Amino acid sequence: MNVKALLTLLFTLVAGSFSQAQSFAGLGEDADGFALPVLGDQFVFPEDHGPHPAFRIEWWYLTANLIGADGRDYGAQWTLFRSAREPRADATWQSPQTWMGHAALTTPEAHYAAERFARGGSGQAGAVASPFAAWIDDWEMSGSDTLGELRLTARAGGFAYDLTLDAQGPLVFHGQDGHSVKSAEGQASRYYSQPFYEVTGEIETLAGPMQVTGTAWLDREYSSQPLGRTQSGWDWFAFTFPDGHRLMAFELRDSQNADYQSGSWIAPDGRVTPLQPGDFEAEPNAWTDVDGRRIPTSWSFTYPAQGVDVELTAVNPNAWNDLVFAYWEGPFRFSGTHNGTGYLEMTGYE
Amino acid sequence: MHRAAFLALLSHWRRQPLQLIALLFGLAAATALWTGVQAINQEARSSYDAAASALGQGTEQRLTGEGPIPRETFIALRRAGWLVSPVVEGQVNGVTLLGVDPFTLPPMAASPNLQGDRLGAFLNNGLILANADTAPALAGYNVETAANIPDAQATMDVTTAWEVLGKTGFDYLVVTSPQPMGLPPLTEVAPGLTQVTEEAAGDIANLTRSFHLNLTAFGLLSFAVGLFIVHAAIGLAFEQRRSMFRTLRALGLPARNLTLLLAGETAVFALLAGALGVVLGYGVASMLLPGVAGTLRGLYGASVPGSLTLDLSWVLSGFAITFAGASVAAASSLWRVATLPILAPARPRAWAMASVRGRLLQAGAGALLLVISAVIIAQGEGLVAGFAMLGALLFGAALMLPFFLDLSLRAAAFVVRGVLGQWVVADTRQQVPGMSLALMALLLALAANIGVGTMVSSFRATFTGWLDQRLASELYLTAQTPAQAAALEALLDAEADATLPLRTAQARLVGAPAAILGVVDHVTYQQGWPLIEAAPDPWARMNAGEGAFINEQLWRRTGLAMGDRLELLPGWSLPIVGVYTDYGNPEGQAMVAQPELLARVPDLSPLRYAARVAPERVEDLRKAAEALGVPAGNILDQASVKRFSLDVFERTFLVTGALNVLTLGVAAIAILASLTTLASMRLPQLAPVWAMGLTRARLARLELLRAALFAALTFLFALPLGLAVAWMLLSVVNVQAFGWKLPMLAFPVEWLRLLALALLAALLAAALPAWRLGRMAPSRLLKVFADER
Repeated sequence: MNVKALLTLLFTLVAGSFSQAQSFAGLGEDADGFALPVLGDQFVFPEDHGPHPAFRIEWWYLTANLIGADGRDYGAQWTLFRSAREPRADATWQSPQTWMGHAALTTPEAHYAAERFARGGSGQAGAVASPFAAWIDDWEMSGSDTLGELRLTARAGGFAYDLTLDAQGPLVFHGQDGHSVKSAEGQASRYYSQPFYEVTGEIETLAGPMQVTGTAWLDREYSSQPLGRTQSGWDWFAFTFPDGHRLMAFELRDSQNADYQSGSWIAPDGRVTPLQPGDFEAEPNAWTDVDGRRIPTSWSFTYPAQGVDVELTAVNPNAWNDLVFAYWEGPFRFSGTHNGTGYLEMTGYE
Repeated sequence: MHRAAFLALLSHWRRQPLQLIALLFGLAAATALWTGVQAINQEARSSYDAAASALGQGTEQRLTGEGPIPRETFIALRRAGWLVSPVVEGQVNGVTLLGVDPFTLPPMAASPNLQGDRLGAFLNNGLILANADTAPALAGYNVETAANIPDAQATMDVTTAWEVLGKTGFDYLVVTSPQPMGLPPLTEVAPGLTQVTEEAAGDIANLTRSFHLNLTAFGLLSFAVGLFIVHAAIGLAFEQRRSMFRTLRALGLPARNLTLLLAGETAVFALLAGALGVVLGYGVASMLLPGVAGTLRGLYGASVPGSLTLDLSWVLSGFAITFAGASVAAASSLWRVATLPILAPARPRAWAMASVRGRLLQAGAGALLLVISAVIIAQGEGLVAGFAMLGALLFGAALMLPFFLDLSLRAAAFVVRGVLGQWVVADTRQQVPGMSLALMALLLALAANIGVGTMVSSFRATFTGWLDQRLASELYLTAQTPAQAAALEALLDAEADATLPLRTAQARLVGAPAAILGVVDHVTYQQGWPLIEAAPDPWARMNAGEGAFINEQLWRRTGLAMGDRLELLPGWSLPIVGVYTDYGNPEGQAMVAQPELLARVPDLSPLRYAARVAPERVEDLRKAAEALGVPAGNILDQASVKRFSLDVFERTFLVTGALNVLTLGVAAIAILASLTTLASMRLPQLAPVWAMGLTRARLARLELLRAALFAALTFLFALPLGLAVAWMLLSVVNVQAFGWKLPMLAFPVEWLRLLALALLAALLAAALPAWRLGRMAPSRLLKVFADER
């Protein structure tokens, strides 16, 4: 067994009970001793931009739809995960906090992904609310306390990027004041986003550097048991409409009960209309064999309340993050009643 | 016609099942030993490749500093994008502790297995992983066994290692490959560190090359011994079928077709024996591999798994070697069949009753080989030459054996009185040609046994004596922190008869990783470190900082002479004033005066001490040291260090012993094969003796005696040969392979044991033919007189 497999276990949160079919990355486990999101909690900024060690898992999740100087579509992902074995922070090397970073760059032909791991308490990885910074090794997301302006860097064996992000709208809170319910049983997370970034910067592959512009979306989420016990994975969609609207929709696939749907329709001024189960429909209409798995890489998506009826096509169907936690994450374009770009994340496919 | 002829040829084997068994088994045994050794070598080689990335095993890129690397430096490197992983290293009870950071450790062969509940324990509860052999040495710690951790090594989290070893920083950082693009240079991020290519245990594949060559030579020897059997069996079958060949030829079978049929027969046998041999070879390899793995770990620190993986190329090479061997063994017989005149007399004379002239010719060839061997001794260089020399010596001696036996028996004829005695000696002489191949096999096996046995025993005796001398101090202590070290030093100064602080610096000497020992001026060293080469007044000069000692390995490898200057550190060189023995250490080493070393490398952690103390006070001192907080595991007494070292040594030569026994077994089979075939052909010689009144039982006993006589004579010849082999192993091969020369010691008791073993093997081999003779129907003996001959 290599160290990677070892860390797989580390991120299962409860050692020994890992089963992706049961729940992706062990997210559907008990919350023993950890804090739970409570309906009615209010965010306090900038504090809540920083880590919440009392919660079991947390992430700073940024995806960017980019257009290169060559006019083609690119995608970038930057994610910092925090995971805790015990609900306490500790500034020593024996801290129960663990960090994992994912960085990926998608081009129409290729998909690059890399990961980093770090123990908490050592300073190798971490996040602070003010002045805002989240980092693992030299991968860093830092900027203003409002998250209004950010600089994002990552670098690995075959790729690098350095992006500047400028928010064109306010932070948005999902669910009820950020209380985002994930299952009929009531599992929930604290969840807010900054979906309005405009991006400029440079990406680099072995082929050389390339100037890019585009849009980006930051998700901040923390929880202690965000998935129901029988939920095996999710499909998460983020749409950027040219008129300034945004749509976030996710479907949690359930092995025993009905799939659980939720999301947010976001107006250009940041007003959120929560999506209820049954409000939208997402149907795969093309599949790609990736890494020995069948992954839906083209979808029909309808959201009748806003007259949305579009077809999604992945920029690169092979946007497979072949990491310790393997999943599909990549940019797409959509067309139909509306045209635009977005990001799709699919987990728990076996 | 061809089918009938082929069946006729095969019918011989139905009538001579023992001969068939000897042929098949001989070929199979030869193949088995050879392929077994090949399988082991292959397994080891592939595991070296796999281990090349394992921590502390193969070549790896490291960042090292002068003294411990602070945690902040590691973090600074990571934050700058350098993919490095920290390692804390130390010793407890002779076990190398490796503290690692599982989050950044690159995938390696000996990565900790942290499945199940182990992970939390590893990170938070001081869990230590070691293999089952090593775990007992860490009693008192939270140890669990993990098979993939190399011997004498234990893996734990860095935080655990800090606690156990009393450290706060790292000993080095492993550099992962490949690194991201566009990293800032090291001088900018961590100016105190340098990137080195670490060959901690040397280049394993290179270091162990000699060991594998050794194994291969042994495998080749076994193969040759096996081929003797095959050659004997095929040759006998040829002689016994002469009349059949004549009949077949007379019936119209062309010589060419007969030869092809016989070649086909050989091919069928090779196929059968090859299959059997490959299966047996797999068995031999699986049986020997754990021993080989132990040897490689003990000697070189190389990690090789104890289990075998089957490989198609290996199976095919097994068959290939069987075919090649069978062809070589059958070539001369086939040649004779092809060139036999059609009506050649089918005189069933004993096979290869070579003339005196033939015997002299053979002895001459043997003598030539011995000369060649001597020339190689004088001229040759390197390990391959060493083995070529051994091969020439062994086979030269084997070729001379019949001549020697004949000579001895001729001499015996003068000594032996009485008619019966004279007859026995004469009859034995008569059998020398028929037995010579089997006895050559026995000779090779015995000589190899004596040679290797003497080498191992000499090594053991020297090593044990050397350990006694070298490990003169009664207690070895390692403090955890500088503060504890100061307290410990105060305690030792007050309580012990002498305190010898131990300081070691890592350096590169003449281009290879080596250690520099800084020793204090104490009589213990003069007593415990015998010098095999010395300039005048060596100890005074070394202690005064005017000279350095080097170990034998470094001395032999570099060819440095007394008075030559050796660069120890950049800008610091000293003349060499002495060479000391340093068995079991693959690396070079130098010894200098401690104050001189500390003046140049001031921050050597002063944590290790040796203490001289009266034996009855050892326990008191141990308790006092423990009271200072020195962990029990850091206090080693002389006895346990010795036990550990000898344990490693014993494992080192386990394989050699096993191969010895196997070779001897093959030789015994060769004797059995020869005796059984000879038995039936010797009736004409025995029948008259029987007719003159000697009972069959008496004859049978004489047969046994004769076998014993042959074995004893062969042993007599094998003894000087074996000693010559031992000398070559100790003085030529060992120096090349390990870098040290050992004195050769004699072990007469072992020789007696081997003589007994040889006699036993010969008697066992002769038992069946003798038993048959003892119970032979008198009519068969009578029939001899009725035969036309």
